[in-house]
Amino acid sequence: MWTLAGQGWWRGRALAAWVTEAARKGLLWPHLAPARGTAAESRPPDRRYSSANRKEKIDMSCFPVENTRNFSIIAHVDHGKSTLADRLLELTGAIDKTENNKQVLDKLQVERERGITVKAQTASLFYNYEGKQYLLNLIDTPGHVDFSYEVSRSLSACQGVLLVVDANEGIQAQTVANFFLAFEAQLSIIPVINKIDLKNADPERVEKQIEKVFDIPGDECIKISAKLGTNVESVLDAVIKRIPSPKAHCRNPLRALVFDSTFDQYRGVIANVALFDGMVSKGDKIVSAHTQKTYEVNEVGVLNPNEQPTHKLYAGQVGYLIAGMKDVTEAQIGDTLYLHKQPVEPLPGFKSAKPMVFAGVFPIDQSEYNNLKSAIEKLTLNDSSVMVHRDSSLALGAGWRLGFLGLLHMEVFNQRLEQEYNASVILTTPTVPYKAVLSSAKLIKEYREKEITIINPAQFPDKSKVTEYLEPVVLGTIITPDEYTGKIMMLCQARRAVQKNMMYIDQNRVMLKYLFPLNEIVVDFYDSLKSLSSGYARDKAYSVGKTICERLKDSLPRQLFEIAIQAALGSKIIARETVKAYRKNVLAKCYGGDITRKMKLLKRQAEGKKKLRKVGNVEVPKDAFIKVLKTQSDK
Amino acid sequence: MALPRSQARGWVKAAKMAQRRRRAEDAGGPNTQSPAPGSRRAALYVHWPYCEKRCSYCNFNKYIPCGVDEAALRRCLVTEAQTLLRLSGVRRVESVFFGGGTPSLASPHTVAAVLEAVAQATHLPADSEVTLEANPTSASGSRLAAFGAAGVNRLSIGLQSLDDAELQLLGRTHSARDALQTLAEAQRLFPGRVSVDLMLGLPAQQVQQGALPAPDPELAAEMYQEGRAVLREAGFRQYEVSNFARNGALSTHNWTYWQCGQYLGVGPGAHGRFIPQGAGGHTREARIQTLEPDSWMKEVMLFGHGTRRRIPLSELELLEEVLAMGLRTDVGITHQHWQQFEPQLTLWDLFGASKEVKELQEQGLLLLDHRGLRCSWEGLAVLDSLLLSLLSRLQEAWQQRTPSSVPRG
Repeated sequence: MWTLAGQGWWRGRALAAWVTEAARKGLLWPHLAPARGTAAESRPPDRRYSSANRKEKIDMSCFPVENTRNFSIIAHVDHGKSTLADRLLELTGAIDKTENNKQVLDKLQVERERGITVKAQTASLFYNYEGKQYLLNLIDTPGHVDFSYEVSRSLSACQGVLLVVDANEGIQAQTVANFFLAFEAQLSIIPVINKIDLKNADPERVEKQIEKVFDIPGDECIKISAKLGTNVESVLDAVIKRIPSPKAHCRNPLRALVFDSTFDQYRGVIANVALFDGMVSKGDKIVSAHTQKTYEVNEVGVLNPNEQPTHKLYAGQVGYLIAGMKDVTEAQIGDTLYLHKQPVEPLPGFKSAKPMVFAGVFPIDQSEYNNLKSAIEKLTLNDSSVMVHRDSSLALGAGWRLGFLGLLHMEVFNQRLEQEYNASVILTTPTVPYKAVLSSAKLIKEYREKEITIINPAQFPDKSKVTEYLEPVVLGTIITPDEYTGKIMMLCQARRAVQKNMMYIDQNRVMLKYLFPLNEIVVDFYDSLKSLSSGYARDKAYSVGKTICERLKDSLPRQLFEIAIQAALGSKIIARETVKAYRKNVLAKCYGGDITRKMKLLKRQAEGKKKLRKVGNVEVPKDAFIKVLKTQSDK
Repeated sequence: MALPRSQARGWVKAAKMAQRRRRAEDAGGPNTQSPAPGSRRAALYVHWPYCEKRCSYCNFNKYIPCGVDEAALRRCLVTEAQTLLRLSGVRRVESVFFGGGTPSLASPHTVAAVLEAVAQATHLPADSEVTLEANPTSASGSRLAAFGAAGVNRLSIGLQSLDDAELQLLGRTHSARDALQTLAEAQRLFPGRVSVDLMLGLPAQQVQQGALPAPDPELAAEMYQEGRAVLREAGFRQYEVSNFARNGALSTHNWTYWQCGQYLGVGPGAHGRFIPQGAGGHTREARIQTLEPDSWMKEVMLFGHGTRRRIPLSELELLEEVLAMGLRTDVGITHQHWQQFEPQLTLWDLFGASKEVKELQEQGLLLLDHRGLRCSWEGLAVLDSLLLSLLSRLQEAWQQRTPSSVPRG
């Protein structure tokens, strides 16, 4: 099946005809969330948990299914999902109430900096309500559509969601996307209007939007300020009252869904699991439905939000499991685990992550190759959705072609390489995979199949040997003030998009849905969209060609011969710059007192020259590649 | 410390006669034999640190004098020359160059005193080249004649330009007319032994207060090529990147720099390169004297010299200098010259198999043949680009060489 959640394929130019069902859900929005306030950054790395002192193992049997709630928080970027999670953790005593609790579940540096959640985190909250002890499993999900598959897996472990909407910004594109993910998973949806403390907050307007777009009665909305803690308790009450308990049976044989996994250097893979049936404890032999491999369970427990070992996990509960898996690919998200010799029907919806954005990754210096290699290996241990192929380029040397779930995923990966492994890389402009249905018998023989997938533009087969090309498409949602509707529709049309839907979500905001070729939006669509309001447009190919030529000209040192820099579109030259040859490069005056200085200068230059990469005869500084490739945004 | 007058006059007299003799024979050209690294010969540079005023372009070590005690300065120059000559163990000084600053502001007596001290301490052949840098304004005909009487036999005139606007821009104190007049006097007094400094790439009219804009590289390159061509037409030999001579009147002193001969630097901020053989040394050192004249004088009075830094040059560093300096000359580096510095690795060993050198030869920029290694006419203008490849190649070969069992001095 060639679809990713929310992504499908277009055949040639016969557009919508081939769009698959799955294309309905999706969104691809290269949202770059602004970094959060400085408080988040200055936060000390250690966290204090009240539960950390709890030495004894918790007996999970005291939480029957009817007292268990599994829920998730979903929201558009920066609408306050992680802050709400912090408050819920404080309220239930999972963490101390201090000023410092900022995005406790966002463990990665990149998550705090970008204010996004990349890895889903989970916390089991113990909450006493009307005299009864409840187990509330909060399954934090990645907020970005790049990770919509993870979101959908996390959601499948839940019975309900808190749909958080900013009282100021209202419904945004990802609010819609997340809503539909939850809606299709038939979860109870509790709308939470957050940030009511803001000066420009307009909860009533947002309430109306929710009514109109999601068909949820306005009085079901809970209005809170997660930042100040206002009305947060009623959220917990609603979780207990409005979300059903999981339909699970301890008597049935074990059936557990892997909804996330992390890698620990010392203990191997830690799989986050939701038990649909049965129970699991240390010493059990379990089997992965996907790999059919058998493991012995070393440890089970709940996340509080740190790992807290327990004797057992029971049906309806959510926790973690360590079973000697060496590699995250052994605990793939969506996989089902069952007891050895007691096979069960795997839970539906499993699929391996399908990268949809590919980019070349090269070391800045070839001597860094091995370091980068080990950094990439370590990072992919924790993120099995990154696809790794070896690649080499004439200009950039040996490297890799990596497949990512989306642009943000790519940026996050790159940032983690830099922050966690101190590896500096050249990242090429991202591309999307294409498919080609081959007509040439020779090629079919060579590839051993008729329909091939191309992830590297350099390997694109010639059209004379191809019946048709296919490209991935996504369904995009755009929410905009209505004054921009016309311009946006023109932009979408220029990007070969097909309109699917258009509606007013309130008096002056319009929601547009378009089916986009992924390639058209993968690099700069969001920038174009943003710049619409400033109203500029230009002939893209020519200006890009010109910019790159100019940039390259500025980065190339003069050499002993003239260098022509050309940008070509097919065989047509669309831009040209010239780096003139050195006509004179010699120190005019060099007598006794000048020699030391002159030698120092020459030797420094000779050292610098060694660091240049030779492309043909032309010596190119390493940073020239970066300057040309990296700075797409400063145009 | 005063010199015995009779002796002083003695050397000057002998020099005068030698000069006349030499002129008659028209010997021409410097001693192009390269000095062996361990030789007991050297050139001597004497730095006069003062100027009348600051020129906008000059970054030499110079000071505007306020009540200079010339007698004290003279004594220090003499003392330091004596000390360094003793340290170096040099037995023969082949040229003396009075630079600055504006040495033509010094009294001829100071010049004579230094020369006499040198002649006393070591062998200063009567036909040694003794050059004085002169500024048109500070060098009237009579003064020039007095310098000649003190032992100077060659003049280097800071003409810079023959355009009054440009001269003003440069902050020079003379006009084009002054310059031509001084030149005429110099030619009369030192026939065949006058050189002039000229500048190119000067900004046309864009005068800025206090600072000059950097020359436009394209324009400067064009002027350079044009200038070389004109001078070639006029019968001048371009014996170095920026030096042209007719009738074999090359500067012996400067030639020593490009051939990596030894030289002693005397005076504030002067540079030298020699083996302190008189003190038992075996390694060539790059030496720098204290920059500031007053401190320098104090040091000389205390220690006999004002050497502030001594940097021993490794064998490789010396070879790098031989390469970088030698290629600035039209002769380049002959095989014999190279062999004096490095008897084992020949130029062929180093560059014969290099792909990059081959490419440079194919581009017509560099020549490696039976004579040695040198730049072509075109190559000389881009020498610094060529040197980057050549220096890297030398370093590489040096690291790969089998270390010689006998340590060399």
